Amino acid sequence: MNQNSNTHVGHISPVRVYLLVGAALLIFTAMTVKVSTIQLGPWNAVAALAIASAKALLVALFFMHLLYDRKMYAVVVSSAVIMLGFLLALTMADILKRGDIYPYQSQPIKPQAEIYSPAKPDTSGVAKDTAAADTGAVKK
Amino acid sequence: MDQQHDAAKLGMWIFILSELMLFGGLFVAYTIYRILDPDMFYNAHRELNLTLGTLNTAILITSSVTIALAIHFMQLGRKSKTIILLFCTLGLAAVFLFIKYLEYSHKFELGQLPGKFYTYTGVAGTNPHIFFSIYFLMTGLHALHIIGGMIVISLMIRKTAKNAFSSVYYTPLELTGLYWHLVDIIWIFLFPLLYLIG
Repeated sequence: MNQNSNTHVGHISPVRVYLLVGAALLIFTAMTVKVSTIQLGPWNAVAALAIASAKALLVALFFMHLLYDRKMYAVVVSSAVIMLGFLLALTMADILKRGDIYPYQSQPIKPQAEIYSPAKPDTSGVAKDTAAADTGAVKK
Repeated sequence: MDQQHDAAKLGMWIFILSELMLFGGLFVAYTIYRILDPDMFYNAHRELNLTLGTLNTAILITSSVTIALAIHFMQLGRKSKTIILLFCTLGLAAVFLFIKYLEYSHKFELGQLPGKFYTYTGVAGTNPHIFFSIYFLMTGLHALHIIGGMIVISLMIRKTAKNAFSSVYYTPLELTGLYWHLVDIIWIFLFPLLYLIG
């Protein structure tokens, strides 16, 4: 606690820390570009995301001072990141396993699809049917 | 007071996390379309300029270092250094946006535009415009955040110059730094996802 009630003194990191972390971030950037040129199949994406997460962690811990601040901030941040993780994991569980139920084949979105030319209110029944069929194609 | 500082900082963190959720939705959209059509994503990402993308990553990381150092020097009460470093951050942000403009204008000329505006024919695969829709949406939203950050940093330069901050009161500066680091973190993920599809 400070004697002067209008003040706050936070953690002061030495300049060295900021420069070292910055250098580490630049090295990680060079590394992720290099790794992407090596053929690793699905592991390319894993490696890229692992390096990106390491960089984000460095920024959060040292630049955003999560490491030195009250642990309350770290708890709040982790809870949000975990929730985002749930969102991504459950989405992937759906999309990756969908092919087991019915085979997915990507189809070109037709130029006359509803998103490109919204159905006019005074169209005839035939035009409505086409629009409905096109919406079906978009959903696929 | 410590309590005021903590309340302000927690509020900023909650804002930052809501921003994370905003981008999170786009990351989920990206995940879905990349899993559905990995080959198209691979082909389309080759149209992006890796050199400019890598350069922009380095620029944004450097700008994060300069704003962190700006706050560091305000903690030590060295106002002039803070102002110089804030100007460096602003300059780096402007260079980032200029490079982004070069990339965008090149794609505009080629017709690599989102959705129905897509006229380019050089990408093999189904619905390559989906990749460019996601590319423009994610980088565009990120660029808007850069512009917002630049406005706030300009205000901070003004306030610092007017002696609004000291070594014991610099909360607005600290919160600006937090926001700028968030913008950096988002780009750290956007870069490999868009430019480095193995």
